[in-house]
Amino acid sequence: MARVAILNYIKRPSPVHELTGTAKLVFFLAWSVASMVTFDTRVLICMLLIGAVIFKISQIKIRDISVVLGLAAVFLLLNNFFIYLFTPEYGVEVYESRNVLFPIVGRYTVTAQQLFYHLNITLKVICVVPIALLFIACTDPSEFASSLARIGVSYRAGYAVSLALRYIPDVQREYRNISQAQQARGIDLSGKDKLFTRLKNSVAILLPLIMSSINRIEVVSNAMELRGFGKEKKRTWYMQRKLQKNDWLAIGFALAVLVIGLGVTFSNGSRYYNPFMEAL
Amino acid sequence: MAQPIISFRDYGFQYRAQATPTLHHINLDIYPGEKVLIAGASGSGKSTIGSCINGLIPYAYPGENTGELLVGGKDPKKESIFALSQMVGTVLQDTDGQFIGLTVGEDIAFALENDCVVQDEMKRIVEETAKLVDIDHHLEYAPHELSGGQKQRVSLAGVMVEKVKVLLFDEPLANLDPAAGRAAIELIDEVQERTGAAVIIIEHRLEDVLWRKIDRIVLMEEGRIVADMPTKAFLADTMLLEHGIREPLYLTALRYAGVPITEKLEPQHVDSLQLSEAHKEKVRAWYRDNEDIGEAGAQKRDILSVENLSFGYTPEVQNLKDVSFSIKEGEMVSIVGKNGAGKSTLAKLICGFEKPTAGKICLEGRDLSDDTIKERASRIGYVMQNPNQMISKPLIWDEVEMALLAGDMSAGERKERVEETLKICGLYPFRKWPVSALSFGQKKRVTIAGILVQQPRIIILDEPTAGQDYHHYTEIMEFLKSLNEQGFTIIMITHDMHLMLEYTPRAIVFCEGELLADTTAAHVLNDPDLVRRANLKETSLYTFSMACGIENPQKFTERFIAYEEAHRRKQEG
Repeated sequence: MARVAILNYIKRPSPVHELTGTAKLVFFLAWSVASMVTFDTRVLICMLLIGAVIFKISQIKIRDISVVLGLAAVFLLLNNFFIYLFTPEYGVEVYESRNVLFPIVGRYTVTAQQLFYHLNITLKVICVVPIALLFIACTDPSEFASSLARIGVSYRAGYAVSLALRYIPDVQREYRNISQAQQARGIDLSGKDKLFTRLKNSVAILLPLIMSSINRIEVVSNAMELRGFGKEKKRTWYMQRKLQKNDWLAIGFALAVLVIGLGVTFSNGSRYYNPFMEAL
Repeated sequence: MAQPIISFRDYGFQYRAQATPTLHHINLDIYPGEKVLIAGASGSGKSTIGSCINGLIPYAYPGENTGELLVGGKDPKKESIFALSQMVGTVLQDTDGQFIGLTVGEDIAFALENDCVVQDEMKRIVEETAKLVDIDHHLEYAPHELSGGQKQRVSLAGVMVEKVKVLLFDEPLANLDPAAGRAAIELIDEVQERTGAAVIIIEHRLEDVLWRKIDRIVLMEEGRIVADMPTKAFLADTMLLEHGIREPLYLTALRYAGVPITEKLEPQHVDSLQLSEAHKEKVRAWYRDNEDIGEAGAQKRDILSVENLSFGYTPEVQNLKDVSFSIKEGEMVSIVGKNGAGKSTLAKLICGFEKPTAGKICLEGRDLSDDTIKERASRIGYVMQNPNQMISKPLIWDEVEMALLAGDMSAGERKERVEETLKICGLYPFRKWPVSALSFGQKKRVTIAGILVQQPRIIILDEPTAGQDYHHYTEIMEFLKSLNEQGFTIIMITHDMHLMLEYTPRAIVFCEGELLADTTAAHVLNDPDLVRRANLKETSLYTFSMACGIENPQKFTERFIAYEEAHRRKQEG
């Protein structure tokens, strides 16, 4: 209640929001598979452009998800850094050629192939992250469980996701209350103490939090059993919506991206698009 | 008479994890359409009876039973918990925890979803049921957007979709403010009339439940039924206090005045009382005789003053608006008002957990604005509602000592301070015990000791007696009172009107972030306008004294409380 949530459902009027959860889930999965598999720069650039258009349509603003985007950017930088640190010649291996731009030190040189490889890695992440964030920001949490159930996930597992979403804000509020009360008893978490003291102190908050969470779980599991959860192999969903024309279009579009993308990618017999070979 | 829908025959039950049985030789029949109250102190076995009826025993809580239990003519052990759930609908105590769905509509539909009801049918039933409990305008709301009373309505609707024959309420009043509690009792009554289901209410707050008609009261003690009588006969019997249950205040007032309580008096409701002129005269005589009881305390200096305090979690919403008041040294004060009125927010600001957007808080004339949480904590202690939210050490001694470890006190000084605190709190004999061996009330003492050890001048307690029966309530409150007599200033946030009346001469009333009144507790409850605006509930003494022709109900209430206290002291000493 006091803090702005980092990543949650943002209700706005947009065609993306209107799609059913199932359509968005299928779209997200197909999109992820396509961008995970392909290293074809042409395909990735096309997907990136399509993704940008979808983002525009969704009415979600960059600043709504800026925190997560920032985190993703940091992660991406680290990822690139470590790839170079451990395998500075991987691009050369993949593209079977070596154009040295300039040396750094020892076995570390900058090659056009390695840079191109990093460009592709970066493109892949830039393709997936916005779509993943859109999926979360534009899907009513109430539709998560039923969407998972519709694509074949057991409804018990689906409901576990839904319950987690239901209780995260409660647990956060509880954490805040407990930590304030414990701070009033001299438990300092502000970072002035040594790491070990801080770890010990955090137990003073976690123990009551765990106890209260266990109690919460007991109440909710009793409440669910008393209302017949798990009685049948299947269940129906109050919030599930029938797939409309647009949902089928979205699903069809995502599958088309997947098929065409992979088709183009593998047309040369490998996951990689290799401009260096053609140049030869 | 028809067949009973629930029938216990010489029934006993022992939880697997416990050494002795919790229920002994229970014989109890409940008939279709009946409204029964099961009363009893904490640990009397009343909740266990509830779990036997709805099937949580033996499905969630395994154990051994003796004798026989039939629910709807069937043995629950041979049925599944699902089959039982279509017969018995249970509304649990925790209004928040039992809210399963992400929105009201989904939560009401939960049982229907599990029954694989098709969606159109489901939407229709949800709509209809929501109308029945008057929550149909909130179907898209998330739980945190609802009040406690509204959440309870949702839970009720959620079990009513099954067309159950028995509605079971486990302590329905525990988490509600006074006005919401009264509305809940009215709603239960209406639903019972419309559906014809049998209603079983498990609750120790007798007077509050009797706001609407109850056919029969079952009193439990130590796992046995000690009384099973129609309401009138039950109230005429004076064994209530012995069993940790508080009788309705107007009946206590009658007894003080020397009027014997019989069934002829129609004692089940303050409005139904049939008092003769002679009875009324006796009450008036008692009122006159106790004129000089209770005296005004001497004026002391201000210890805490709050000046023009404002605060909002977000810039758009003001949770506190320009609040000013001061507390005198050695006072015991209640802060009351409906859920969300800003009471807890105020406590957080005083303790420094949140920073005010305007105004200041002074302790003994010194502005606290620049003090950290920890600096404030050495002067002002804060005790959370549930002791389990605070206890983080397995041993009592360690738990109490915890706050001292952060300072630079020597081991010897620490030992002395902890011992002294444990003695004040009556915990010294238990100092080597693990916390887990204590009762709820004792745990509460441990958390208070954990605060007292820092020797604060002021202690703020959030709902110190929530969910406690009369016995534990008295134990906790007498302890706080003794602390108060030793010079600690005590501020309590509470929904309990009895607590406010009995223990705190002064009450500060909040409504929608504004300070509505700062006056005597008796005055608050005798001002119908204030009571309505702050979601409180007038006491039955108000109605009762009017009925007896006493022109000043506030004075009557004050004398009643003073007399009761003197009476209690006499019994103890």
